[in-house]
Amino acid sequence: MKLALGPLLYYWPRQRTMDFYAEMAEQALGVIYLGEAVCSRRHEMRLDDWIEVATVLADAGKEVALSTLPLIESESDLKAVRRLMDAARDDTRLTVEANEMGAVRQLAERGQRFVAGPTLNVFNGRTLKLLADCGATRWVMPPESGRAMLAGIQAEIPTGVETEIFVHGRLPLAYSARCFTARRYRLQKDSCEFRCIEFPDGLTLKTREGAAFLTLNGIQTQSAKVYHLERELPELVAAGVDLIRISPQADAMPALLDAYRKRIAGVAASMPAGDFCNGFWYERPGLELVTP
Amino acid sequence: MNAPFELVCPAGGLPALKTAVDGGANCVYTGFRDDTNARNFTGLNFDDKSLKEGIAYAHQRSVKVFIALNTYPQDNNWPRWTAAVDKAAAFGVDAIILADPGLMDYAHRTHPQLRLHLSVQGSATNYEAINFYRERFNIQRAVLPRVLSLAQVEHVVKNTPVEIEVFGFGGLCVMVEGRCALSAYATGTSPNCQGACSPGKAVRYEETPTGMETRLNGILIDRFGPGERAGYPTLCKGRFEVDDETYYAIEEPASLNTLELLPELMKIGVAAIKIEGRQRSPAYVGQVTKVWRAAIDACRRDPAHFVPQAAWMAELNKISEGQSATLGAYNRPWK
Repeated sequence: MKLALGPLLYYWPRQRTMDFYAEMAEQALGVIYLGEAVCSRRHEMRLDDWIEVATVLADAGKEVALSTLPLIESESDLKAVRRLMDAARDDTRLTVEANEMGAVRQLAERGQRFVAGPTLNVFNGRTLKLLADCGATRWVMPPESGRAMLAGIQAEIPTGVETEIFVHGRLPLAYSARCFTARRYRLQKDSCEFRCIEFPDGLTLKTREGAAFLTLNGIQTQSAKVYHLERELPELVAAGVDLIRISPQADAMPALLDAYRKRIAGVAASMPAGDFCNGFWYERPGLELVTP
Repeated sequence: MNAPFELVCPAGGLPALKTAVDGGANCVYTGFRDDTNARNFTGLNFDDKSLKEGIAYAHQRSVKVFIALNTYPQDNNWPRWTAAVDKAAAFGVDAIILADPGLMDYAHRTHPQLRLHLSVQGSATNYEAINFYRERFNIQRAVLPRVLSLAQVEHVVKNTPVEIEVFGFGGLCVMVEGRCALSAYATGTSPNCQGACSPGKAVRYEETPTGMETRLNGILIDRFGPGERAGYPTLCKGRFEVDDETYYAIEEPASLNTLELLPELMKIGVAAIKIEGRQRSPAYVGQVTKVWRAAIDACRRDPAHFVPQAAWMAELNKISEGQSATLGAYNRPWK
C-alpha cells in the first residue's frame, strides 16, 4: 500500500505552494496530485506553474496526476481542463484525475488513461466497470462511503484498476457555485479579494455553542474534524486498497507522512495530535470517532 | 416559440399527482416508497397500487409520469434498484430519472425503449458531461443543478442535443446536488445513498431559557428568539459562528421563484421547468401548478409583454414556507 498526496485544497501563496512541493519532492510518495481542485478563480498558481511543478516532480521520479476542477460551469473552465489533458498527453509520465464526467468524456475520446476522482460518485462495481472501459486505471472512493461499499466494489474490481482511499485530512464534503469565505466578509464572489488565502487550513465554522463543526474553504465545505483512518490501516491492506490519500495541510506534513509510512510498515509511530473522526468508514455519521 | 415547454410537477402521493394533473402539469414526477429516490421520507411516495392508479389517471389526461430513481445503489443493495427500474418500465412510465451511471447502463441495456433522464443528483453542470451520458446511455433529458447562471444554462443548451430541464420554483439547494455529504457527516443519512437530507428522525426542537433550539443529531443548527419562527433545521440553513460573527453562514432560508425569468428560459431553449416539492402537500402542488400553468400559457401567447401577475406572485409567496423568494443562481446577486 502506497501513500498518495491529494491535491492541495487550500489557497496558499505561490511561493509557499512551490516550497511545499519542493519539500514533498523529498518524500517517498506513491503519487502526488497537483492542480487547483476547488475554485477556478484562484490564480496564485497558474496552469503553467502547476504543469511546471508536475514536470519537476516527474523528473524526480514521482508519479504525478493533474486534478481537474469538480465543478465546471463555463467554457473557460472547460478550456482549463483541456489544457491539463494536453499536458498529460504531451508528457506521458503525467496522468489526469477526472473530477466530473465532462473530463471523463474527453479523456475517453482522446484515449487517455485517467484516475476516477472522489467526486465522480463511484458507489458500485458497474459504475467502476464503465469508467474502466473509458480508461480509468484507478478510482478514489467517495469520502462519504465506508467499508461495506468498498468490499462490494473490491469483490468485482476490474483488472488493472487500483483503489485509493482518503484516509487523512479535513473531509471535502460539499461544493457550491457560491463562495462561503467571501460571504463571511460580505464580498461578492467576483470581487472576493481572494480572502481564502488568509486561511491556510480553511475557516472554521462553529455552532452557536462554540463547537467546531465545518470548515469553509471558498466554494468547498469541509469537515472541521480531521478524518483519520490510522487504526484501520491493517483492514485497508486486507481489503486490497492500493493507495491511501493524505490531504495537504498547513503544518507538520513530513511528520504526518512519516507516521503513516511507519504504520504501513507495521512500526509504532506517534501521529500528530488532532480532533479526529472516522465515522464514514463504519457507515456512521462522519463526525463520529468509532473505536475499532 | 413552438418547441414544447413542459411543466414538471412533484407528487409525493396519489392526491398530489391528481391535483398536479388537474392543475395543468404536463408531467408529474414521483418515486417509489424506499431509498431508491432522493425524497425518501416517511409516509411519502407510491406503492404499486397507487402508482398504477396514478399512471392511469395521468395518461387518460395526456400527462406524463416520471419516476425518480436518483440515489446511488451499492453492490449490496443493487438488485433493489434494478428491480425498481424493471418495475417502472413494466408500469409504463414515460421516463425514469437516474443519477448513477451503472444504473443508467443497466436501464439502457435492459429497456432500450425506456426514456432516461439525467437527475440533478448526477451533478452534470456542463455540456461535455451531459453529452457523456447521451453517448453512453442515450439520455433524452438532463436536469441541471441549481448552480448555473442563465447565460451558462444557455451555453449548455446550445452545445447538447439533450433536452434541458431546470428548477423553477421551490426549495433551494445551495450545494451542487449529488456533491453534498453534509447531512451524511452530521447524521449518517445522505441524499446520495439514503435519499434524504437532514432527516426528521435526527431532528429535535427544544425550548430553552435562551430560546427555541433546533438540533440535528444533537448538533445545534439554530436558536430562535421570541417572535422568531423556528424553521426546520436543514443543515445548510442554520445560523453558525464564523470568525466571531453569528449569521446564516451558508444559505439564507429562501426559496426559488423564477417566474419572472420565464420568457428568458423559453427563449434560450430550455425544454422543461421543474417544480420542487414532492414532500409538500397536495394543496401546495395544486396552487403552484395552477399559477405556473397560467404563467407559461400567458408567456407562450405573448412572451414580449410577459409580466408576472401580482396575484400569481402573492399566491406563490404564500406557499413558500414564509420564506423570501430568490432567483437563485440564474442571476447572481452574490456573485
